[in-house]
Amino acid sequence: MQFSESWLRQYVNPALDSAGLAHAMTMAGLEVEEQYAVAPPFTKVVIAEILSTEQHPDADRLRVCKVNAGTGEELTIVCGAPNARAGIKIPCALVGASLPAAEVGGKPLLIKVGKLRGVESQGMLCSGQELGLGDDHAGIYELPADAPIGEDIRRYLHLDEQLFVVKLTPNKADCLSLIGIAREVAAIANVPLQRPIVKAPAASIADQLKVNILDHDLCGRFAGRIIRGVNAAAPTPAWLVQRLKSAGQRSISALVDISNYVMLEMGQPSHVFDLDRLAGDLSVRWAKPGESIELLNGQTLIPVPVDVEPTSQITNGVGVVADENGLVSLAGIMGGNNCAVSDKTTNIYVEAAFWWPAAIQGRARRFNFTTDAGHRFERGVDPQATAECLAYLSALIIEVCGGQAGPIDDQILALPERKPVSMRLKRAMQIIGIPLTIEVVTDVFTRLGFEFSTTANGDETIFQVTPPSYRFDLEIEEDLIEEVARLYGFEHIPDLPPRGLLTMRALPEQLQSIHTLRHRLAQQGYQEVINFGFTEAEFEQQLANASTTSSRPIHVLNPIAAQYAVMRSTLLGGLLTNLRANLNRGASRMRLFEVGRTFAYVNAADEQRVYDSEDTSAGAVTGIWQPMRVAGLAYGFTWPEQWGINNKVVDFFDVKGDLETILMPLQIQTSTMTHAALHPGRCAAIQLVTPAGLLTIGWLGEIHPAIQQKLALPLAPIVFEFDWQAISSIDLPNPGEISKLPAVQRDLAVVVKQDLPVQLVLDAMLAAKQAFVQKITLFDEFRPQPNASSSISNSSLATGEKSLAFRVTLLNPLETLQDEQVDAAMAVLLSQLEKKCGARLR
Amino acid sequence: MVSLDQLVEDAKRDFAKAVDPAALEDAKARYLGKAGVLTERLKALGKLSPDERKSAGAEINLAKTAVESALQARRQALLEAVLHLRLAAEAIDVSLPGRGQQAGSLHPVMRTWERVEAIFHSIGFDVAQGPEIETDWFNFSALNSPENHPARSMQDTFYVDSNDGQGKPLLLRTHTSPMQVRYASEHVKKYANTAVMPPIKVIAPGRTYRVDSDATHSPMFHQVEGLWIGEHVSFADLKGVYTNFLRTFFETDALQVRFRPSYFPFTEPSAEIDMAFGSGKLAGRWLEISGAGQVHPKVLRNMGIDAERYTGFAFGSGLERLTMLRYGIDDLRLFFENDLRFLAQFPA
Repeated sequence: MQFSESWLRQYVNPALDSAGLAHAMTMAGLEVEEQYAVAPPFTKVVIAEILSTEQHPDADRLRVCKVNAGTGEELTIVCGAPNARAGIKIPCALVGASLPAAEVGGKPLLIKVGKLRGVESQGMLCSGQELGLGDDHAGIYELPADAPIGEDIRRYLHLDEQLFVVKLTPNKADCLSLIGIAREVAAIANVPLQRPIVKAPAASIADQLKVNILDHDLCGRFAGRIIRGVNAAAPTPAWLVQRLKSAGQRSISALVDISNYVMLEMGQPSHVFDLDRLAGDLSVRWAKPGESIELLNGQTLIPVPVDVEPTSQITNGVGVVADENGLVSLAGIMGGNNCAVSDKTTNIYVEAAFWWPAAIQGRARRFNFTTDAGHRFERGVDPQATAECLAYLSALIIEVCGGQAGPIDDQILALPERKPVSMRLKRAMQIIGIPLTIEVVTDVFTRLGFEFSTTANGDETIFQVTPPSYRFDLEIEEDLIEEVARLYGFEHIPDLPPRGLLTMRALPEQLQSIHTLRHRLAQQGYQEVINFGFTEAEFEQQLANASTTSSRPIHVLNPIAAQYAVMRSTLLGGLLTNLRANLNRGASRMRLFEVGRTFAYVNAADEQRVYDSEDTSAGAVTGIWQPMRVAGLAYGFTWPEQWGINNKVVDFFDVKGDLETILMPLQIQTSTMTHAALHPGRCAAIQLVTPAGLLTIGWLGEIHPAIQQKLALPLAPIVFEFDWQAISSIDLPNPGEISKLPAVQRDLAVVVKQDLPVQLVLDAMLAAKQAFVQKITLFDEFRPQPNASSSISNSSLATGEKSLAFRVTLLNPLETLQDEQVDAAMAVLLSQLEKKCGARLR
Repeated sequence: MVSLDQLVEDAKRDFAKAVDPAALEDAKARYLGKAGVLTERLKALGKLSPDERKSAGAEINLAKTAVESALQARRQALLEAVLHLRLAAEAIDVSLPGRGQQAGSLHPVMRTWERVEAIFHSIGFDVAQGPEIETDWFNFSALNSPENHPARSMQDTFYVDSNDGQGKPLLLRTHTSPMQVRYASEHVKKYANTAVMPPIKVIAPGRTYRVDSDATHSPMFHQVEGLWIGEHVSFADLKGVYTNFLRTFFETDALQVRFRPSYFPFTEPSAEIDMAFGSGKLAGRWLEISGAGQVHPKVLRNMGIDAERYTGFAFGSGLERLTMLRYGIDDLRLFFENDLRFLAQFPA
């Protein structure tokens, strides 16, 4: 709602200045979002008349004007405006005036006596723009001929008038009018309300239009009358145009303006039909499937499509008004074009109705528009004021456009019942947290104009309130408690510091916070990013890992842009997009990570499997898998640019090492897998070592060359992604006794086929279960270079072979290990490798 | 014959002339070697009478000791000189930068997320998280926003191409408030058989979505929901807790907080919370920081809670807003452009 302060003060005039009034409204729930004067500050601008003009002797585009500004002497003012001519009234800035700055934040313009091309100018004739009244700067601002010379322009044009912009919450249906806001202000400030006096015109003709109200769950009350002989081309009175303007509305025509004005002032939307364009009786009913209407805004729509029979009219149906030829209005929302009033209209039918909020709610939104009428009806319009508002409307029409009114046909079919609502005093105290007395509550309810009674039941006092017809938000006890708190003043309710029983709380030691992982990633050099949950469809499909997610992406039905059309099933797309954007910004080395949810459909059969990787302690959404995942990307050199390091481009093993570090104490292994977005030879499943065996939690690898090329990346990034849930629990440390005996180290170098994964070799040695073997570490992998010179390939390795060197640590905690025991253990390890891995000793 | 004193002086002079260990050993041989001057003198003692031998021998031994100590001193000096040379040669430019990885950074919004968790944890709040693709029930209906209700147009909702069990389209949650119902319902189940339900104290930070994109709105953003339900938890408690939170978060008591009436379908009375800094460039301006209120009895019943016995409050605050005010960031878009030059200013 937007309006001028003086309009409001016509009905309620508390002893508060503008700022005080705005504050009081805001603190009572009518948030004054903006409050400003019609024009920015300026001084010493008065109404003046141009007496004569002469061409400036030395400038083609300037004129020398003689001006009467009511100062008692004739002023000479040089002016460049093309419309400067004798006889017009204009705003004149006198010497000493201060005008608004040309730019926001600039200095005000001071008017001094000055010479313009040799002619002295004693002031300035002003355009609307120069006074901050808009950007029409075609010339000086021409005022009506009867404007009084010498009067301050601010007073004449009401430029000090304050405009209030109030942001109303959906429950405040009763404040969608000046009268409603005034009623509220009267309660807040505890001052009387002056209602406008309506002089209802008596019926001077007998004509009536028959209206059949067929659906009472749509329309509870319908009042209408015929007015004949109106002059639709009559100009809208200036005061009315001014008020519409202060409410942010343009003047259209007298009939439309008056209808809008009554809605703004009284809160009752109404409609004016051109009577001569209506055929036969009107009927008010739910739309039938397939009926169509062309609306006032030019849009043609079919309220209820042929194939969509509403399941229930009250939730799905659309109300209409129809004549014999078809629809003439979308009930409570917008009229039809075929019977709209025009300048030529002479006979009209005006109506005001009560439409049930549930019958209007959501309808306009379904057709993608909103109207002031719909906005009010879906929140609730006072059903008791219908006829009074119609009388007011017809009085204004006859006053402005003339005409003769027929009798009001007021059909009351079903009105909302206002059931009494009880409020227990103790309950109010419990919810608000303050002591309250009967007097305080009585005062609040009285100021709000409620009908209420009080009963005492033991030590309990109960207020019983019958809500006024204009209040649609008073149905339960809490609604009344809210009114008490609101009028009592939130600022008078104390701030109680938190209190409660003290219990010690700490995160379980075996649960790892997501933040620990984030900090470790950051310590490892990764920078945290945040990307949207939705992404571009084609890119998403290229990156999706079909083995873990449904191949069909989740589509957003109403995306804001094509690049946000589907939900991401991987965090990879965001990271690659960030990489590309930062390369464009000049970065050359990057470590990025994100922690966030990914989204995919699941089949019923898969449900259990995937839910294990999602934290569902707060419940899940059936059919949708949305686990929290952790993803990272490494690009460019392994090390940040620095001295004294042989740098190289980051590779798989650098990032695997990062993962091993950040996941400690958890152990991971990697094994070959395929992933559409990754290089098939440099891509691995990340497997968590658990007591129950290996658990695949994600993947790690180099981006596929095809995607690298598509994104024009000079180098291939290494990327990873894994489930958060799987790594959130860790074991307690379980320290063993430290042996006093020394450990023995032996090296074992074997030759195996190049395609044999090291992990299998390690697994084979561990499977030998040698009691004294404490640890086996790989310390060298050697592959002969295919093209190397004969002196290097003079090793014992054949083509396709590699050498692996392990350091084995052995210890017997009970007694010193004998050489024979060590030799025996090493022999077993070797024979295992020979048998299981086709290895030979190097 | 040269006096013993003169010999000692000669030896000292010769030792001093030796510039390396080899030269020193040569010099030593001249005095103490097999054919050295002092050795010769000792050998000559045999020609003397026993009385003379005794006194002359003592004198020679004194001289020998003096020469040996001079030799030792010179050896030490040469060693030290060598060490000094080595140390000088080994000197490094300590002003060169250290080597290794450099730490990364943590996103400012996540930094706020983490701090909010820590602050509420300090007064006994749990942290909960839940789905971002939500059902109509948890996002709207359970929160007292029936279909067609005008309150729903306060939040423009993204829908996805899938329906829930009731045939209603799934949506991207428009706020973190669904977590109120999710968490509280689980809590109620957990304590179904106890005489008094322990209070529900939880915050739920997370990502939320609305159909809105301009300089001050992002289609995805972050909220933190707070919920405290128990016997006798009132609006005055909400005022105290939230005011306390803001002063802790911004680490200043010079902060004004005001609550003004507002409307949310799931709270009543409802409040909009504004704050104003005591100093800085925003000093004295009221800034909207949160929506809040007493949990609506219908919502309590949807959680399975006896609304007569238990009351409480909920609030929902924007993490971006808190972050912008905390670090003086005035462009929301910076949070989602992921420009490393911006992110690097929040080092780990």
